[in-house]
Amino acid sequence: MTTAPLSLTGLGFDYRARPALESISLTADAGRVHAVLGPNGAGKSTTIACAVGLLRPARGTVRIFGADPVAEHTRTAGLTGVMLQDGGLPMAARPLAVLTHLARMYADPLDVTALAERLGITGFADRTIRRLSGGQRQRVGLAAALVGRPRLVFLDEPTAGLDPQASLVVHEVIGELRADGVAVVLTTHDMADAQALADTVTIIDHGRVIAQGTPAELTAAADGAHSLRMRLPGDAPAGLAAALEAFGTVTVHGPVLTVSGDIGPAALAGLTAELAARGVRVDDLSLHGRTLGDVFLELTGRSLR
Amino acid sequence: MTEPATTPSSPASPAFRRILAQAGFEARSILRNGEQLLLSLVLPIIVLLGLSLTGILDVLGLGIGGHSPVAVATSGVLGLAIASTAFTGQAISTGFDRRYGVLRQLATTPLGTTGLIWGKLLAVLLVVAVQFALLGGIALVLGITAPVAHLAVVVAGLLGTAVMLTWGLVLAGTLRAEATLALANLLWVLMASVGGLVVAHDGLWGRLVSWTPSGALGDAMRSAVLDGAIDLRACAVMLAWTLLGLLAARRFFDFDGR
Repeated sequence: MTTAPLSLTGLGFDYRARPALESISLTADAGRVHAVLGPNGAGKSTTIACAVGLLRPARGTVRIFGADPVAEHTRTAGLTGVMLQDGGLPMAARPLAVLTHLARMYADPLDVTALAERLGITGFADRTIRRLSGGQRQRVGLAAALVGRPRLVFLDEPTAGLDPQASLVVHEVIGELRADGVAVVLTTHDMADAQALADTVTIIDHGRVIAQGTPAELTAAADGAHSLRMRLPGDAPAGLAAALEAFGTVTVHGPVLTVSGDIGPAALAGLTAELAARGVRVDDLSLHGRTLGDVFLELTGRSLR
Repeated sequence: MTEPATTPSSPASPAFRRILAQAGFEARSILRNGEQLLLSLVLPIIVLLGLSLTGILDVLGLGIGGHSPVAVATSGVLGLAIASTAFTGQAISTGFDRRYGVLRQLATTPLGTTGLIWGKLLAVLLVVAVQFALLGGIALVLGITAPVAHLAVVVAGLLGTAVMLTWGLVLAGTLRAEATLALANLLWVLMASVGGLVVAHDGLWGRLVSWTPSGALGDAMRSAVLDGAIDLRACAVMLAWTLLGLLAARRFFDFDGR
C-alpha cells in the first residue's frame, strides 16, 4: 500500500470558539500539483497551518506520509518544504546565510549556491532580507522551502507580487518538482496560474470544500459553457442587448457586453450578423469556454467580502 | 518516479546538529547587531566603570557594607549583563522575528519549536559567557578583591539566564513587537535602577524585590562574588519564576503574532 504525501480528513479548526475550518478533506499525490483556491478568509492559510503542524486541529486528522505532523514533527518536517505567505525570513541576515542555515536542518540538502543561482537570488545576495523587494523575498522564501529536498511542498501564494519573469521561473520550478515526483500543494488567487499548473483543484469557502476535481471536470460541469465578451467604442445602442438575448444571457457594463450561453458555430454567425445588420462596431471580441475563474465566481459569489 | 512513496526514512539532520546550528546563527546575529551589542556589552561596561571609579555608590549611600566599590559593581553588572542579553535582547529580537513570521517558518523545519528554544538558550549562554569573560577581565584590571565563589557565579548565571530568557520569551510571544520593545527596555531600566539587580536595597523595598527575578538574580550574584557563597533562597526564587514562566509560555505563547 502506498501512503499519500498528504491526506486531510474532516479537518476542523476553531478560532475564538468559532469554526474557522468546518471540515476539509483533501489528498495530495506524488508528482501532482493540487491547487487550493478560495476567497480571502476562506480558510486556505489555516488549512496549510494545520497541515504542516503549526496549528493543532480541533477535529479530523492530518497525515503526512502516514505520520501526524504534530506528534512526529521531525519526520514530517524533514519531508516537507513550506513557503509561507509572509516569507518568514530573518530581516538582518543575507539570503545565502539564511539558506545555508536552513540547509543544516536536513541530512541531505540541496547545494545552496546552485539553488540560489536557479532562482536568480545570486544577483542580490549581498543585501540583507530587509533591503529586498517583495518579489525578491518571495524567491528566497521559495528557496527556503526547497533546500531540504522535500517530497511534499506547500506554496502559499507563490507568485503574488512577482514580475512576469520571476513568475515564469516559479512555474518552471513547480513543473520540475512535479516531474521529480514531488507532491505540490499550492494556494493562489491567480486563476490562470491554477488552471495552468494544477492537476487537481479544491475550492474552499467558509471553511468547507465546495468543489473538488480536475480543472477540466470543474469547468465542464455546468451548461451555458461559453461566454462571448465584446467591447464597443461607446455605450451599447438601444435594443442591441434585447436582440442578443436570442443567443444567451446578456449582461451590460457600460461599453462591455457579455453573452453567456451555448454559443456554437451557428449562434456565433447569427450574433455577428446581428451586429452587422445594426452597423455596430466592435473594438474587442473574445469567445471562451468556462474558465476556472468563472467557476470560482459562480461558486463563491461575485460580491466583495 | 524513483523515490519510494511509502514511509521514507527521516531526512532531518540529528537533533544536536540542528540545535547547534540554530544556536550559532542566533549568537552571530546577537553579536552582529549594534543595538544588542550596546545593550549587552557597552552599557554594562559603562555601569561597571562608573560604579567602580566615581565613588557614586558612596554618594548615593547604597549598600556597600564594607565591600570595595569594584567588587559591588562587578557583582551588579554580571546580573545586569544577563538581563540585557537574556531578557531585553531576546524579547525584542524574538518579538520582531515573530512579527515577520520567522518563528513560524523555523517551526515548519525539522528544528521545530523545541529546537528553537534550546537553540536560543544555548546562544544566550554563549553570549553571556563572552560578557562574563569581558566584564571579569575589566574587574581584574580595576583590581577587584573579593572571595569569589566561581561555582556559585556559574549557578547564579545559569538560573538567571533561564529565568530572564523565559520571561523575555513570554513577553515576545504575547505582545505586539512594538509593545515588547518598549516594555522590555522599560523593565531593563527599572531592574537596573530600583529592581535590586545592580545594587541591594534596604528595608521593606529590598525585601520585596528580593522575591522578583531581578532582585533574586542580584542577591545570588552578590552572595557569590562578595561572600563567596550560594544564596539558596535566591536560587529557589529564580527557579520558581522560571517554572511559572514556562507554564505561562506554554499557555499563552502565540507563534502567529499578527
